[in-house]
Amino acid sequence: MAEDEGFYIELSPHPTRFEPVSKATNVFFDEVNKQVFAVRSCGATGVVVKGPDEKYCTNFRMEDKGEVISIKFSYDMKVLAVQRSQKTVEFINFIPGLDVVEYSQSCKGKTTRIIGFNWTNINEIVFITDHGIEFYQVIPEKKTLKLLKSFNVTVNWFVFLPDSSLLLLSASSLGNVLHPFYFKGGTVLKLPKFEVDLPVIPKPPKLSLLERDVTMSNIYGQVYIIVLRHQQRGPGNLGAEVVLYQLQKESPAKKTDVLRLNMSGRFALNVVDNLIIVHHQASKTTMMFDIKLGGDFDGYINSHYPVLSPLPIKPFKLKVTGITSMSQPGPEITHITCELYSPNWIVFQPNIIIDAKLGCLWHVMLKLEPLVTMIPDKGRLMDFLLLRTECKMVILSVCKQALVPGHQCNLPTISRIFDKLNQGYRNYLEQEQQGTQGVEMGMVKSNRKRSQAVVDQSDMYTHVFSVFVDNRDVKHKFIVAVLMEYIRSLNQFQIPVQHYLYELVINTLVQNNCFYQLHQFLQYHVLSDSKPLACLMLSLESVYPPAHQLALDMLKRLSTANEEIVEVLLSKHQILTALRFIRSVGQVDTVSARKFLEAALNTEDKMLFYTVFKFFEERNARLRGHARFVPGEHCEEYVKQFEDIFGSESFMIVTAAS
Amino acid sequence: MATRSCITLYNFFIYNSNFGPREGEEHKKILFFHPPDASIDTKIKAVGLCEALVKFTETFSDQPCESLHTLKTRQVFFQAEKDFWMVITVTIPRSESEKDGQPITEYHEEDVQDSVFRAVLEQSYKMFKLFMGTFTNIIEKTNLDQLIYRMDHFYSRYLGTLRLSQADIMEVENGIHFLPLDKNTYLRIQCFINLIEATFSQVKYTAFLYNDQLVWSGLEQDDMRVLYKYLTTSLFPSSLETELKESPKTGGPLPQMTSSSHYGKYVTGPPNLSDPSNCGRIPHIYVNTDSKYEELNLIVYRALSATVCLMVETSNIPGFEWYRSIDSFLGPQLSSLASDISEQYNKRTSVPSEQQYKYIYFNHMNLAQKTTIHNRKTLSAIINPEIIRLIADINADFDKTVDDVETVMKTMLDCWVVGKKSDQREFYVVINQKNANLIEINEEVKRLCSTHFNNIFFLD
Repeated sequence: MAEDEGFYIELSPHPTRFEPVSKATNVFFDEVNKQVFAVRSCGATGVVVKGPDEKYCTNFRMEDKGEVISIKFSYDMKVLAVQRSQKTVEFINFIPGLDVVEYSQSCKGKTTRIIGFNWTNINEIVFITDHGIEFYQVIPEKKTLKLLKSFNVTVNWFVFLPDSSLLLLSASSLGNVLHPFYFKGGTVLKLPKFEVDLPVIPKPPKLSLLERDVTMSNIYGQVYIIVLRHQQRGPGNLGAEVVLYQLQKESPAKKTDVLRLNMSGRFALNVVDNLIIVHHQASKTTMMFDIKLGGDFDGYINSHYPVLSPLPIKPFKLKVTGITSMSQPGPEITHITCELYSPNWIVFQPNIIIDAKLGCLWHVMLKLEPLVTMIPDKGRLMDFLLLRTECKMVILSVCKQALVPGHQCNLPTISRIFDKLNQGYRNYLEQEQQGTQGVEMGMVKSNRKRSQAVVDQSDMYTHVFSVFVDNRDVKHKFIVAVLMEYIRSLNQFQIPVQHYLYELVINTLVQNNCFYQLHQFLQYHVLSDSKPLACLMLSLESVYPPAHQLALDMLKRLSTANEEIVEVLLSKHQILTALRFIRSVGQVDTVSARKFLEAALNTEDKMLFYTVFKFFEERNARLRGHARFVPGEHCEEYVKQFEDIFGSESFMIVTAAS
Repeated sequence: MATRSCITLYNFFIYNSNFGPREGEEHKKILFFHPPDASIDTKIKAVGLCEALVKFTETFSDQPCESLHTLKTRQVFFQAEKDFWMVITVTIPRSESEKDGQPITEYHEEDVQDSVFRAVLEQSYKMFKLFMGTFTNIIEKTNLDQLIYRMDHFYSRYLGTLRLSQADIMEVENGIHFLPLDKNTYLRIQCFINLIEATFSQVKYTAFLYNDQLVWSGLEQDDMRVLYKYLTTSLFPSSLETELKESPKTGGPLPQMTSSSHYGKYVTGPPNLSDPSNCGRIPHIYVNTDSKYEELNLIVYRALSATVCLMVETSNIPGFEWYRSIDSFLGPQLSSLASDISEQYNKRTSVPSEQQYKYIYFNHMNLAQKTTIHNRKTLSAIINPEIIRLIADINADFDKTVDDVETVMKTMLDCWVVGKKSDQREFYVVINQKNANLIEINEEVKRLCSTHFNNIFFLD
């Protein structure tokens, strides 16, 4: 594990392998389907397609019709689009039953040149030309395309965000006027254009905002245009910055955040788990930014600094299978250490790194465990972790550690951690509520983005508290203080506390003979009433007599536990009290006489037995007009006892009123 | 009608027969005697009589002798520790009148209640124990002369504070007023206390009060009961007096903000935080005397109406810096807690109480006590003393049985007094309703119980 420490970014352990770039082989990557195409001899000797899973892997041959510029499958893998010239794109159907004869589509206008194309829907494709965009519907059965829409803009370059079907075009001679387009089911929506401010405007004007410095990404449910802004060399150079423009529906994208890189040189960007990851080639380090984690706000823009100091990506060893030699039974396996931050690296959104020379495609991944020790401020650590997807177990282990000697935190810190967890818990509960209401009203849940991670009471109980209370090295006072802190926090966020937490408090107090403290908690209803809690209190009566009163009070307040109250009183031989109680709650007519008679007889107090017997005789008389017990009540035994003790003349005789 | 004299202290003494068993050494048995100017002969005679009574009554019962009724005095006995007897004698109120030209003196024996004065006597022992420790322990640790010295030191002042003529049922119940609070505020206080104890490890126990009402006690119930009595009847009133004396110029009752922008200040502890030479007078207290026997410093800190009692082990005497850091830690937080509580408190107490009845409630289990019969500030009864005595009588009857009982009484003045006991709880109501009958009163009490006790198991 030691080698894992000191890195917070790693590459996926099983990279997608493909044939490296060579004289005969060209490699293409499609961001939409996340497929790597290795095209040998322009397809004549084969095209090997590797995708994220089986479904997206295939290989085929195609006729050599010249150098391939771009190659992309449609969403459903049924149509392949290949660009071999600046004027046209060819299509090949991959539909069983249809032949593989190519058909093509040229762009409009004599001088128009295709910069690139992208599938935007199952059978929809957009051509980006230097004169604008052309949006087509592909009809594979007829082997034709139909123009749906076109826009005229002078285009320098473009960026496409597949998750949101967003296309961004760079216009103007400086390249800093950006036009976003949104594709949806056969339509294109032109969003307001916006201008990216440049550090210096060159004279004469030349293209200053380059494709490699602009990316788009979804961060915390919002689309951002992320622009790398290089500073001019010279004194006072603070290093490069990353500027975030939040895309708006009705108005031009808004500059919201600036990430201070404090370095200069070549950078590459990824977005992992809503974090912006910035790789710096010269220093071979990576920085991490979280736009939700504070920042300096100047009234317009939030400035952010890296969450932590820059660190390299965890070294990666690639497993290479060698040629089978005669002496060894199996193929020889060697490990080679990959060069990180290699000049051969190409970075794609959101989290892909490709080394074309090596033939590897990795996903960039975040390692949360090492961060625990890297962020000393626990409050900040919690804020950071709570925003991550796979954080639950890490958070729980942080909590666990914060409570026991060694890394124990002080109470204010623990209190802050709990408040942060429960704030998230509360938000989640509220969303749940709104969610169910929304569904009831027939609303679509499209707007419900991934919410913050939730660490609820049962998580805390199972993974943190139930282990913690058994720790012999922790003083009970601290245990109780921590539990009370958690209960306080839950209450503050109006989250109903589950009784198992109360049980932990009670057991800890009882084990340490702190009965008076327990009593005071119950007196102030800090431990909320419940039947299980009342039963627990009853069981404590032998060690702490007042527990009896507390339990009875609790049962009374529950108002659904009248039967239990009667049982408790009978077990304490308080038969008259039990009778008075059932009378006060108006249940005289329904209780079982047998239970009372049995309890009365067991006291060996004859007068008491007599009294109880008379009480039920009266009830019988009132209910049925005669004093006798009916067979269903199973009181024969007690009737006989009564007769034996007091004689048959003592039975009540009801004379019907004439 | 002739005026009655008050109940006054006739004498008060402590003896142990083992200390002067031989003839001629009787005076050695006497450890403390009030009045101090009594002749040695009077003292010996008084002790001798008690010894004789105690010995004599032992023949008839295994219960020790409790009291001696005479025409003019009432004497109550209490064996505080093995062979240490404490005795209090009070005068019976008398009234002078004239009949047929002859002056007659009448003694009102019924004005003096055994249970009340037994409680007063026991309380005087417990108070001594809180501040000095047990008799036996003092002798073990030092010597008999020390014990005698400490008794004199303590009781010569303590007896002066007794208000015997006002002693009533409250002495017997000797309960605690708890502050009604919502759960969230209570939890905040609870966590605040945990934080104090975790931050300042010297603090062994903490108690939290608001005005005269208890919110939290880290001490065990019995110790808290005595400490509560001390705080509410002695320390708080006297500190309030000094406060009033200190600021005669400021017209308003608003406390002055200290330099550090909070309202916190020490009640016991340094009176002035910029004067390190004066740590103030800090009382020692002894708690858990029958188990761990702990000796603690009682440091009391107050902000607005909230008071925190910090009990620090005497072996761990903190320096002046400690007081400063406590002040800067407690001051702001306690001030804000106090103002939050006061907001709640005012909401609750602003409910007008135009009531036809007055009551006392007491729960033996948690010592919770409520009274509308007494003035909250002076703690003296605000109704006819005869009725108060009636309540103490009903209470004495209740003590003789374990069963739930109810007593309804009507006084000559057409006032009804109802006492109810359910499990460990007692409830006394005084209803001033002219021409009411028993049924009506019974209904009225039922109604009261259902409105006041719907959340506890209190049977009609």
